[in-house]
Amino acid sequence: MESSSAPSAMPGVPPVLRGILPVLLVLPVLALFAWSMEQSPFATYLLSIMGVNVILAVSLNIVNGMTGQFSIGHAGFMAVGAYVAGVLGLALKEIAISGLPVAMSDQIFLFVALLAGGVVAAACGFLVGLPSLRLRGDYLAIVTLGFGEIIRVVVQNTEAFGRSLGLSGIPQTAGLGMVGFWVFLVVLVARRIAGSSHGRSLWAIREDEVAAEAMGVDTTGYKVRSFVISAFFAGVAGGLFAHFVPIINPGSFTFVKSMEIVVMVVLGGLGSTTGAIVAAVFLTLLPEMLRSAFTSMGAEGSLAQKVDQIRMPVYGLLLVALMLLRPQGLFGMREIWEVLPRWLPRRRKGIQ
Amino acid sequence: MAQLLQHLINGLASGTIYALVALGYTMVYGVLKLINFAHGDVMMVGVYMGYATAFALGRQAQKSFLGVVVIFLVAMAGCALLGFLIERFAYRPLREKPRLTALITAIGISFALSYGFQLDIGFLPGAAPRAFPEVITPSEWLVIGDRDVVVWNWQVMSLLIAVGLMVGLQWLVFKTRFGRAMRAVSYDHRVAALMGIPTDRVIAVTFMIGSALAAGAGLLYAIKDTSVSPLMGLYVGLKAFVAAVIGGIGHVPGAVVGALLLGLVEEFVVGYAASTWRDAVAFGILIVVLLVKPGGLFGRVAAEKV
Amino acid sequence: MRRFVPMLLATLAMMVAGCEKKTQPASTDTDTSKQAAQGQGGTAPATPPAATPTSPPAAADTILLGVATALTGGQATFGISTRNGIELAIKEANEAGGVKGKKLTTRVYDTQGKPEEAAQAVTRLINQDKVVMILGDVASSNSLAMAEKAQAAGVPMITPSSTNPAVTEKGDFIFRVCFIDPFQGFVMAKFARENLKANNVAVLQDNKSAYSIGLTDVFTRKFTEMGGKITAVESYSQGDTDYRAQLTAIKKTQPEAIYVPGYYSEVGVIARQARELGLKVPLLGGDGWDSEKLYELGGSAIQGSYFSNHYSPDNPDPRIQKFVSDYKAAYGGVPDALAALAYDAAKVAVEALKNAPDTSGPALKAAIAQTKNFPGVAGAVTLDDKRNAVKPAVVLKVGDGKSDYVTTVTP
Repeated sequence: MESSSAPSAMPGVPPVLRGILPVLLVLPVLALFAWSMEQSPFATYLLSIMGVNVILAVSLNIVNGMTGQFSIGHAGFMAVGAYVAGVLGLALKEIAISGLPVAMSDQIFLFVALLAGGVVAAACGFLVGLPSLRLRGDYLAIVTLGFGEIIRVVVQNTEAFGRSLGLSGIPQTAGLGMVGFWVFLVVLVARRIAGSSHGRSLWAIREDEVAAEAMGVDTTGYKVRSFVISAFFAGVAGGLFAHFVPIINPGSFTFVKSMEIVVMVVLGGLGSTTGAIVAAVFLTLLPEMLRSAFTSMGAEGSLAQKVDQIRMPVYGLLLVALMLLRPQGLFGMREIWEVLPRWLPRRRKGIQ
Repeated sequence: MAQLLQHLINGLASGTIYALVALGYTMVYGVLKLINFAHGDVMMVGVYMGYATAFALGRQAQKSFLGVVVIFLVAMAGCALLGFLIERFAYRPLREKPRLTALITAIGISFALSYGFQLDIGFLPGAAPRAFPEVITPSEWLVIGDRDVVVWNWQVMSLLIAVGLMVGLQWLVFKTRFGRAMRAVSYDHRVAALMGIPTDRVIAVTFMIGSALAAGAGLLYAIKDTSVSPLMGLYVGLKAFVAAVIGGIGHVPGAVVGALLLGLVEEFVVGYAASTWRDAVAFGILIVVLLVKPGGLFGRVAAEKV
Repeated sequence: MRRFVPMLLATLAMMVAGCEKKTQPASTDTDTSKQAAQGQGGTAPATPPAATPTSPPAAADTILLGVATALTGGQATFGISTRNGIELAIKEANEAGGVKGKKLTTRVYDTQGKPEEAAQAVTRLINQDKVVMILGDVASSNSLAMAEKAQAAGVPMITPSSTNPAVTEKGDFIFRVCFIDPFQGFVMAKFARENLKANNVAVLQDNKSAYSIGLTDVFTRKFTEMGGKITAVESYSQGDTDYRAQLTAIKKTQPEAIYVPGYYSEVGVIARQARELGLKVPLLGGDGWDSEKLYELGGSAIQGSYFSNHYSPDNPDPRIQKFVSDYKAAYGGVPDALAALAYDAAKVAVEALKNAPDTSGPALKAAIAQTKNFPGVAGAVTLDDKRNAVKPAVVLKVGDGKSDYVTTVTP
């Protein structure tokens, strides 16, 4: 477990800056990246969707992977974040901060909206988590599922959220820079948790909850905390989603979406942050790759469409096959840098 | 007052059908400690089998008493087989693995079935809803006042069939040797195996019975609501599962009580409040019940011994 | 080895992804990302060539049209009808010699009925596949998402059946060949008031469908303006199968008719259950009723009810009959209103391609905007200055296995 980058090993950097240094370093990199992608709208869109999926997968991994709980309603928190951030974004659409270039003021408002969405989602996570985390694992699953459904019904009945048509007109200000920043942040948080003593308690709860409780770990408290953190990032992901998709409606936040995120986490390996990232990237790109593959084979409409149509049942069968053949997913509980060396052919150095 | 009575009757009628499905859930959970998400979709497959049978029988035969019995038997047998296959090849290999693994497998099968049946290839029916043939011509069985309260023949029928199946199940579980084996396996399957009980066989048969009950419930739905579609299993399965949890999952009579409660609540919400809140209220009730009684209404929160 | 494979797959995925990001001008309809994958390796994005949406694709012998519609999910039946209609029209156009000697091909992507997938499909069609026009979708939410992307890129888009007024308001590149909610709601309100002489009407709407809600809003407003009274408004969700509780509540208010602006998949069963409960009054509806499945699902219960539509498949006009029989031969089953509208949308697109000087966005847009009295199977298409179709609606009465023409209402 001693694989996380400890900030203590940073000579030459004043202690005040050590925690925030990674964030500062990554900002210009992201800005450069976003600017270079500007020319290709499709790449920008696809990468944005991928970024959102990564945030969702990594945040769900904190609960399902590290803490070993059964949460299958993640799309519900995403929806809360999306609608709260969306409504706020709509309200702030016409306003700009004087004295700043419009683009920058847009990003600031976006950031505020995202935080609002995340915080409200986190509050919902607390409300849902506190009662149900006292219960046995299977019950949490059904409660989180029910929560997602309740959110859907609330939205469908509220005019302010656009009901079934959806909420449109939200300023499309979420660029790759902002998405990339939050991806970076969630990965940082997840890795820091995994490598800390807080994280060790979570692993303990995952492995054997009764033993952990006996060792003095406040299991309910830790479970609720990881649930709230995960819900916060899901809300942020939803907010980002609302700011680059032209219109959001309840159809994007169904149980099926929750399951897609669960698949990503399971495929990557429950508890592995890099696994979640790799799986999210792969599963986001897979339909597009299949589309490319089939259209390039010349078999025009029908075969590519059939593939689009078979996508969901194949997904289901894939899940079953995965569970039967390799239930630990790609990386199990470990991260990519722990697993990779073992997969690559080794050069033997001298006498082992 | 008459409206209250009508809603009461409707709620009980739909509740009994939920109960049939909930029983399957609770039985499987009892022996396997697994939430079989695919249960609702197995029900859907059963309905389509019944649909095909009804068509094979032809218009006249399908309305006769014998025809209806045949349709039910074929669908239930077919579902039993499907349940057996799913258990044998998807769940049995995972029996010693953590429960999340089996849960995800169940969800995978659910997706494969419900989306697979939406395809238009081969024998798969396609996404469009179809009308289940009218095997029971609806007629009023009991009318009170000037059609203030009406009890339909199919409501009575479904009540009788559901109650009959439930009584049969109770007898099976509590009065037969096999039932005792089932209860033993649900209590502790390792010790039961040590006692010489063929756990694999018991679990397989439990699955088959649960699936057959689901098929029966599905057909009752199809007769009641006419419309059958590949997505019909998802929500019914979910609601039935909620009912089973409300009653205390693993507890057979609890599942029935939970289902009746759910059917009544849904009916009253739609009748007296807005129908669009029905799903939210159903899940809300679940959360409230779990808050107050964490094991469900009848469940025992078993202390885990280590 | 076993552990190698997933790792390899993941790396391959990222490589292909990196390569796919290049925007390649599509000279023919064969996708060029395969070439890109072979040509460049690695994941570092090189500076991609600027996307030029208004320049025509390199001259070749095909014209590529993009189709984005829901082939899976809850709206699958509607999306599949749409796709079938479009494909039939394109096939006929190619058999008649294509456009200016070039063949037409379509690239169809599944939107799954979700707006973000619709936006993704359209972005891909415009930027990667370089289509000249977009056709789709059915649900207004998806069309709104698509319209935003198409308008921003300057690629004309024709939606066959989205009825929410906001869709064409997105910009001057967005068109539709169907009438909009405000008109259709008005049609049935007028019919109920003037032809059926009804004073009290109840409404049963589909809460999950923006189309249904839109029609309800207009109907209730117009009906009360005309002096009628709405006795009750109940809702169900698309996919529900039991409407007895809502119908019982409606029955209590004793309406003379019930407006059910939903889809045929539910309306048939609603009719049955209404009759079971003793509600003998006629039902009224919109073009969402149009499908041959309505008769199967509704049985004798739906007979005697009325709905507004774009066309009647029993119209003896030889053009319409030819369309119906061709569709039956190709796809089995009588085409519903969505297929007919999609057919018309594709034909309008082909016509515009013939009339436009080149295949650039602005030229095509101008050509489409000039569509006047185009003989469509779902009515003559004339586009007004808001880019909506000005068409009369027909009111049909449901009979045994087919519907009979009652009257026409012009805007």
